[in-house]
Amino acid sequence: MRAGGLMRAALTNRSLVIGLALSLVFVGAALISFAWVPQDVTVLDIANKMKTPSAAHPLGTDHFGRDILSMIMVGARTSIAVAVVAVVIGMGLGVPLGLAAAARRGSLLDEVIMRGNDLVFAFPSLLIAIMITAVFGPSALNAIIAIGIFNIPVFARLTRGAALSLWTRDYVLAARVAGKGAVRISLEHILPNVTNLLIVQGTIQFSLGILAEAALSYVGLGAQPPIPSWGRMLADSQTMISFAPHMAIFPGMAILLTVLGLNLMGDGLRDLFDPRIRRDRR
Amino acid sequence: MSLLRIEGLNLAIHDYPILHDVSLTVAPGQIVGVIGESGSGKSMTAMAVMQLLPEGAGATGRVMLDGQDVLRLSEADLCGMRGRVMGMVFQEPMTALNPIQTIGDQVAETILVHERVSRAEARERARDALTRVELPEDRFPLTRYPHELSGGQRQRVVIAMAIALRPKLLIADEPTTALDVTTQAQILKLLKRLVQEDGMGLLMISHDLAVVADMADHLVIMRHGRVVESGPSPDLFHRMQHPYSKALLAASTHQPDRAAEPRDTPLLEVRGVIRDYATARKGIWGKPGSFRAVDDVSFSIRRGESLGLVGESGCGKSTLTRAILGLEEVQAGSILLDGQPVFTGHKPNRAVRRRMQVVFQDPYGSFNPRHRVERLVTEPFHLLDRPPQGAARDAAIAEALDSVGLTADDRHKYIHEFSGGQRQRIAIARALIIKPDLIILDEAVSALDVSIRAQILDLLADLGDRLGLTYLFISHDLSVVRQVTDRVLVMQAGKIVEQGETAAIFDAPAHPYTKQLLSATPRLPDRIDA
Repeated sequence: MRAGGLMRAALTNRSLVIGLALSLVFVGAALISFAWVPQDVTVLDIANKMKTPSAAHPLGTDHFGRDILSMIMVGARTSIAVAVVAVVIGMGLGVPLGLAAAARRGSLLDEVIMRGNDLVFAFPSLLIAIMITAVFGPSALNAIIAIGIFNIPVFARLTRGAALSLWTRDYVLAARVAGKGAVRISLEHILPNVTNLLIVQGTIQFSLGILAEAALSYVGLGAQPPIPSWGRMLADSQTMISFAPHMAIFPGMAILLTVLGLNLMGDGLRDLFDPRIRRDRR
Repeated sequence: MSLLRIEGLNLAIHDYPILHDVSLTVAPGQIVGVIGESGSGKSMTAMAVMQLLPEGAGATGRVMLDGQDVLRLSEADLCGMRGRVMGMVFQEPMTALNPIQTIGDQVAETILVHERVSRAEARERARDALTRVELPEDRFPLTRYPHELSGGQRQRVVIAMAIALRPKLLIADEPTTALDVTTQAQILKLLKRLVQEDGMGLLMISHDLAVVADMADHLVIMRHGRVVESGPSPDLFHRMQHPYSKALLAASTHQPDRAAEPRDTPLLEVRGVIRDYATARKGIWGKPGSFRAVDDVSFSIRRGESLGLVGESGCGKSTLTRAILGLEEVQAGSILLDGQPVFTGHKPNRAVRRRMQVVFQDPYGSFNPRHRVERLVTEPFHLLDRPPQGAARDAAIAEALDSVGLTADDRHKYIHEFSGGQRQRIAIARALIIKPDLIILDEAVSALDVSIRAQILDLLADLGDRLGLTYLFISHDLSVVRQVTDRVLVMQAGKIVEQGETAAIFDAPAHPYTKQLLSATPRLPDRIDA
């Protein structure tokens, strides 16, 4: 009965439905690209370069004659993979750190974790990414690591903040009376009650990850040729924007719509999980 | 002529009926008390008068205030009336004030909203209003912030805001529920004085019969959105007709039957316990200060006894509870259960811990909302070296739920499917499941309606008799402590100032603080049984 109510609320939430639909379009495009693309993106066809949209090339071709639709579909793979792994890194390290800081609030451990977070926050993220790629060379993997590192403090802070208020609840006190230790309480009582927040923040960080990957690729520090990437497609189109605007417009739209979709989805999920907005819970 | 006349008020929210045919009147200078349990519609009646109803609410009937029907006024007209013709005092003084505005500004704001006066004049009148609520400027300058005041002083500021424009009607929704008894007595006295001075009408809403009985000229008893009985006070207490009113009165003074006699062997012994807390350090390199929350406390509880611990907020009750439960180590002294220490070598002693359990005040915050009842009540099994499995576990769950009056089928439900009283039963089931000797009841019935409270007190008395339980009953509510305990400790500022047999202490208190507490406790008028 509870699951049914949740489903109904989800389907009537406009931003969630639109956001989910937009996100699914790009996830679907990435998945389809493994099996089929309109045209192989590694084949150059200079004769047909910079063609405007036509029946053969629905979104036109780029300066090497590659099909832009195919490039966007394959590029979605890179963007999504980078963003997903970066969020997983951020959650995987940030959430345990946040839980530990909250469990030992006010202790040296808490101080070390939170000041470490401040340190990461204090560095401009692009600068660190440039440093990492300068040392290890530019690649999609290094972009993932750079973006992932910046996700850690986001999740650690969020988790700690939410966990702190949960630690004052009576049911946590009851668990302590039952002799449960900090690790057990964190896993049984704290984590399940911050999951909602983490999911919402996860979608937001996911969209930021896509933007970050595009930015890194734009400056040439992300995925390397011949792997297509939305950010690099934009960079390539830059000098030709006056006579082949479609080369910039379509990858730009892909980034915009994916990020918009994910943000809408995050907003929708927040509304869905917030009992003050969704009243049919009790 | 009456100031407020509610006639046949019906209210529905999203087609769900809340109030049915509610009628009451308030005359100038009259105090009308509206009494009811949660869900009786008493607060909604007040909100209907203020026209501060939630979204989707539809009201029919007439609410005549000062010659105008507020149900038919425009929002702009209502804004002009709120604060000027009708003022309101809320339950929670912590949240009713803006923490980043000075008290002077907040009171002056009410005046500035309604009258075209200069800032200086508004401040002048704010000063008057604060003086009238006994916050004179020489001791409480207008530049104070809410966090610099105590709970009772904050409530005075809230009252000052409500009366700054000398409204004709003041609505007070549980104005003293969040306060200690001695503070409560002062606030009630203040409200009474203001009513007399200004001749305003006061509509006072409360769940507590005794509070209203002391104050009101006229009583209205509500249940399920209806007025079940009303009449002048205190006569109404002697001539109650409706069975619900009678039941409510009986529940308020309910005395559970307790058969078991405590034995002479001590179960819990607390000797010379001291608990200090570190406070904020002074300056960056300064040493942290310290605050002594529990100061050289000694007492013992006999097996099978029910011991009361009373005191106002901040007296150290909760700190002492946490120390007894072995959640925090004490700086000095010893806590022994059956001769064994609660803390050994800076670690809580599991063998002792499994023999005591606790029931908390808040039936809503005491459970993880994501677990089913069976998982909630079996949490203390963690204390056992070999927790029961399979059929034995099922039997233990069924027994615990059954002993608190729930059924074994309830184990599969989530906590949000239960009412406040049922949740408190589940909390007791959770405490009982490992068959402890001592149960600490930390304000366990304070958040419950009187009729539910009476049931839970009966349940506790019955369980105590059947299972030979020992209770430490912590409460700020002296009337409840009187009904259910054998002996009582009175705590003030970390010290036990008086202890002895409950009846003896209540009849002849020796310590001035105990006397003060008892005289501040609101009392029901003596009943003349028909």
